[in-house]
Amino acid sequence: MDIPHLVEWTIESIVIVVGLIAGFAYLTLFERKILARIQVRIGPNRAGPWGLLQPVADGIKLIFKEELIPNRADKLLFVLAPVITVVPALIVLAVVPLGPDMMIFGHNVTLGIAGDVNVGVLYIMAVSSIAVYGIAIAGWSSSNKYALMGGLRATAQMISYELALGLAFVGPILLANSMNLMDIVNAQRGLLGWYIWLQPLGFIIFLLAGIAEVNRDPFDMPEAEQELTAGYHAEYSGMKFALMFMAEYDKMIAVSMIAATLFLGGFWGPFVEQIPLLGPVYLLIKTIFLLFVMIWMRATLVRFRYDRLMAFGWKVLLPLALVNVVVTAVIVLVGG
Amino acid sequence: MTTDLIIFLGLGFVALATAISMLASRNAIYSALFLVMNFITVAVLYLLLNAAFIALVQVTVYAGAIMVLFLFVIMLLGAEHVEASPGLPWQGPVAVLLGLILAGEFGLLLFGREGTLAQDLQTAVEGFGSPASVGLELFRNYLIPFEITSVLLLVAMVGAIVLTRRERKESR
Amino acid sequence: MFGEAHMHDQWIFVAFFLPIGFIAAAVPIIAARILGPRKPNPVKLSTYECGVETVGDTWVQFKVQYYVFALIFVIFDVEAVFLFPWAVAYNQLQLYMVLEGVLFILILAAGLFYVWRKGALEWS
Repeated sequence: MDIPHLVEWTIESIVIVVGLIAGFAYLTLFERKILARIQVRIGPNRAGPWGLLQPVADGIKLIFKEELIPNRADKLLFVLAPVITVVPALIVLAVVPLGPDMMIFGHNVTLGIAGDVNVGVLYIMAVSSIAVYGIAIAGWSSSNKYALMGGLRATAQMISYELALGLAFVGPILLANSMNLMDIVNAQRGLLGWYIWLQPLGFIIFLLAGIAEVNRDPFDMPEAEQELTAGYHAEYSGMKFALMFMAEYDKMIAVSMIAATLFLGGFWGPFVEQIPLLGPVYLLIKTIFLLFVMIWMRATLVRFRYDRLMAFGWKVLLPLALVNVVVTAVIVLVGG
Repeated sequence: MTTDLIIFLGLGFVALATAISMLASRNAIYSALFLVMNFITVAVLYLLLNAAFIALVQVTVYAGAIMVLFLFVIMLLGAEHVEASPGLPWQGPVAVLLGLILAGEFGLLLFGREGTLAQDLQTAVEGFGSPASVGLELFRNYLIPFEITSVLLLVAMVGAIVLTRRERKESR
Repeated sequence: MFGEAHMHDQWIFVAFFLPIGFIAAAVPIIAARILGPRKPNPVKLSTYECGVETVGDTWVQFKVQYYVFALIFVIFDVEAVFLFPWAVAYNQLQLYMVLEGVLFILILAAGLFYVWRKGALEWS
């Protein structure tokens, strides 16, 4: 590998990681602002204009907090769990193409890390199935009944909804005949080419299963404050708590971005062919829109009871996802 | 070839180390996690062989699904800390015997028959290991095994239900 | 230095990206360990249970239901993984191969129906 390539990789990796950290920080502010607005409040507005410095203040506060490791905890796994939780959230976006190929300083640059691998969708499946471990380990190693309960619930919920998530991928794959996310995006040029029109059910299944996978309201049973205090991260404090939080918010970003890529045309939009730099901007706009939908759902819906949550996953989403696959297959067969 | 060899040796070392740690650790949860690491290392070895599809299936199914089941079983039984059990009396000798047979087979394959393993592998054809080629191969040449797999999975599902239901009746 | 022809550049990039992800996760933990105060006392380090002292062992036996769900999950996960190559090669398949795939889905849907009827999906 030549030096310019290595430089490109280093810059791109650091930009993506820093982007995800900043994305996490400002997503918390975005969420607090929107929740406040929906509840007719103002939200954070003291630190900087419109509260823009609030995430910075929160970060500094968390670094200087004392971190506790409970006496009864398994110390090694307790410290490792946040790391194991965060890493999948960071690397899952590696296969998402962030924009079309473009020339920067006379150098052909591909945006995104591995948007062109032929097993992109399966990579997302694999990484999200590994993401379960961080939460299970956090719950177990805390040696706290609430945490263990929350960890087990979260694990059971995540594997249940992972099935619907996996089957929701099959629709776009059938339409594009490829697991390569670049191919899937390129098959959706133009507003009418978006797969959401051909896969409305698939899109809804994907979004709901994705929200459940991230353990967010209305599927945030594992963290239910009232009965589990905070679920699997009950014993976590300071920066380790922040990392758990970061994993959740970066997974939100990942789910939104993957949904935008699979169903909303990814980085394609007006004039992208003329000005390739618009690609990442469109992808970002679509992602932010889906993030807004998630926050809106949190503000509107109440939490599911756990038995209903499992029933919804197994008795509603999974059969619907199976039906969606069969119907899509038949339509492609007849129509194509 | 040397870069590949270095990567291969490094991964092989990690795979061995995690496998031994899995056997040696006293805590069943640690054992399970070492096994997960082992599965992931093996997946990277598949990736080196240009079989990205198999590699990611390995991670999804073995590391992501089967090991979660194991983890649940361990947590379910509340048996994280394994007591040093005396073991079965004939276990040791049988293990040694089986190990020797396996080593003998390896030796025979590696050194006994000239030219079976030592020869250079053919260069992979274009598109080898790609999902499309796996799909075509699966439905062209392995259609019946594929269909039998679905029946096998169905039987596994029925078996799981039957066994857990009986258990539940007994516990009441 | 890298770059055998058969290994895709992009996988090397993923391998390159992975440690950067780890560093991003490890740095805050180490920074907090250096910068944060440490004044532990037995009460702080006790297990949190809303102020009540914890009773008995934490790692007790759990509902068998978790195990049943995990088992069914493994089976359907394998199914989903089999459907991916089917969907990718879909436009190159003959009609009977497509129908075999649909049959595969139907057999497992029957399994789901059986599990459902037997009440294994009830959380109680």
